[in-house]
Amino acid sequence: MAPVMAEAASVAAESLGGGRARAARTVLDQVVLPGEELLLPEQEDADVPGGAGEKLLRLNAGARSRVRVVCGPGLRRCGDRLLVTKCGRLRYKEPGSGSGGGVYWVDSQQKRYVPVKGDHVIGIVTAKSGDIFKIDIGGSEPASLSYLAFEGATKRNRPNVQVGDLIYGQFVVANKDMEPEMVCIDSCGRANGMGVIGQDGLLFKVTLGLIRKLLAPDCEIIQEVGKLYPLEIVFGMNGRIWVKAKTIQQTLILANVLEACEHMTSDQRKQIFARLAES
Amino acid sequence: MKETPLSNCERRFLLRAIAEKKRLDGRQTYDYRNIKISFGTDYGCCIVELGKTRVLGQVSCELVSPKLNRATEGILFFNLELSQMAAPAFEPGRQSDLLVKLNRLLERCLRNSKCIDTESLCVVAGEKVWQIRVDLHLLNHDGNIIDAASIAAIVALCHFRRPDVSVQGDEVTLYTPEERDPVPLSIHHMPICVSFAFFQQGTYLLVDPNEREEHVMDGLLVIAMNKHREICTIQSSGGIMLLKDQVLRCSKIAGVKVAEITELIQKALENDQKVRKEGGKFGFAESIANQRITAFKMEKAPIDTSDVEEKAEEIIAEAEPPSEVVSKPVLWTPGTAQIGEGVENSWGDLEDSEKEDEDEGGSDEAIILDSIKMDTGVDISDIGSQEVSSHYVAQVGLKPLSSDAPIVLSDSEEEEMIILEPDKNPKKIRTHTISAKQEKAPSKKPVKKRKKKRAAN
Repeated sequence: MAPVMAEAASVAAESLGGGRARAARTVLDQVVLPGEELLLPEQEDADVPGGAGEKLLRLNAGARSRVRVVCGPGLRRCGDRLLVTKCGRLRYKEPGSGSGGGVYWVDSQQKRYVPVKGDHVIGIVTAKSGDIFKIDIGGSEPASLSYLAFEGATKRNRPNVQVGDLIYGQFVVANKDMEPEMVCIDSCGRANGMGVIGQDGLLFKVTLGLIRKLLAPDCEIIQEVGKLYPLEIVFGMNGRIWVKAKTIQQTLILANVLEACEHMTSDQRKQIFARLAES
Repeated sequence: MKETPLSNCERRFLLRAIAEKKRLDGRQTYDYRNIKISFGTDYGCCIVELGKTRVLGQVSCELVSPKLNRATEGILFFNLELSQMAAPAFEPGRQSDLLVKLNRLLERCLRNSKCIDTESLCVVAGEKVWQIRVDLHLLNHDGNIIDAASIAAIVALCHFRRPDVSVQGDEVTLYTPEERDPVPLSIHHMPICVSFAFFQQGTYLLVDPNEREEHVMDGLLVIAMNKHREICTIQSSGGIMLLKDQVLRCSKIAGVKVAEITELIQKALENDQKVRKEGGKFGFAESIANQRITAFKMEKAPIDTSDVEEKAEEIIAEAEPPSEVVSKPVLWTPGTAQIGEGVENSWGDLEDSEKEDEDEGGSDEAIILDSIKMDTGVDISDIGSQEVSSHYVAQVGLKPLSSDAPIVLSDSEEEEMIILEPDKNPKKIRTHTISAKQEKAPSKKPVKKRKKKRAAN
């Protein structure tokens, strides 16, 4: 164990303002603020003030540890430093397999969507220009979508997309310098559920935090909602939900219930669902 | 940033819902959203919330020279701002069509209806008059800006107090609020705008449309009215043909709505007046509890107590039942007696115990440590306690004051415990320790009995 620490020690050697930086592991699930600096587990030992009196032996001081840590939303890498850019709670996900260092991100409450590569979103077609569609995704600028990026689309066989249609797709290009680009096919060329969303149903906006909550693998809300009425539902990571039930009334109820779920405890939610199931 | 466009499916859904007499937020056709009026610390400042639409009104005054053609009238000035904070689609510093239209409508509603007595704002005819400026800021946009803005404007004007002035000859004296109480404006009536949205060429009508309904509507009719049912302004936009019946029906609805809103405004004003007089907390700045954000919230640590009883019973069941309870005092040597358990006094049989010491010398460490563990609350596993009971035999022979052993060894013992049960959180350990203690007490006894017998021999 000791050699690993020693390797990592050199990584944080040049870290500035080490006195203020907190170890990421100690502030997990706590609130972090923009501008704060975090230390990854490998960097911690070097910055412990005093170092418990004795320095660790550096076996190969030149080498750096090669643990791959992913910085999710709300964190930014700045040289060797890890800076917080959003206010929220720090989260960590264990690496699934292999020797990765897991994922760190900040769970914040916001409404404005920032495109992220690989996110599935619901967009509205705002314009058709030449061979691309302009899609409003609720971000700072519209995304582009090629008409060839649909399942089975060729130059002759164009998809039937009108201005104002809803598109469910994912980002292939999303960075701060370029226009985001969407596709409606996966890497195998299959639609996989993406494409134009039907003409009926209701689209509404919720906060991004609620979407993440609803899309969590163990989310009870969706299961409970599913028991209420038969429904079709699409969640976009950009805070948009499209829902369709048999009648207008049911669709409206579902939309309002989902919106209200954000600030309800699970007990309150169960009460409401029970009341709805009766009526 | 561009405005989020309305998708075809939203439009279709909204129109179908309206045809079924349903609205997105569950309101009826003629229902207003909740109106909330709150006041600032200063006079003439208020925030009006109409559902999620919020408008801040602020009135200020200034002594200026009057317009040439109206030498004895004060000046009223209205200004509505649509900031980007309200909706990202609003561009700063640009007079959009919507803004011009709203400002115009407000002026017509409030100035042209002569709801404020401008002649009372004159100080010296032709030289000094009061200019009353009403600034309205849209803080959040969720449709029906004009209704919220007109309510905010009239509430702010009603709430406003201007400094008192006195004229003696050519001398005009302006009094600070400390010298003389500021005076309210004289308001004749309170015009309030009511918006009606028409859908499908006037087939359907909705009061107080929200933002999405405004996107879908074909035409808008705004009626400004006071509580005496006098129409102050009426404006139809969107280019739909309205029938006489429709306009009459709308004016009737407007009359009802205006009466309700006027009552609400008066109640809010009275309430604020009362609170100010009593010296209580007033104004929205004061009404924010300042601990709400800064206070730390302690999160409850979830402890699974569902199977605590079963677990405890399990442990009790597993443990050997106490075979016999020793309760009578045991006389070891004359002058030394013992009741119950505890570290046994071994003064009486010092000789033969030393032999045992040599036999089982290695194991005595464990038992001393065990008593330490009890104090520190470290977990004692079942295996541990069994070991203890077997080691206890050795302990008896040992002098209780051989104290340097535990300090050295405590580290190693704790490490061993961690290996035994690696994934227990501290909470669980605590409960377990208690049960282990309960269990340990009886399990000692048979051993002691054995020992006693041996001592007797």
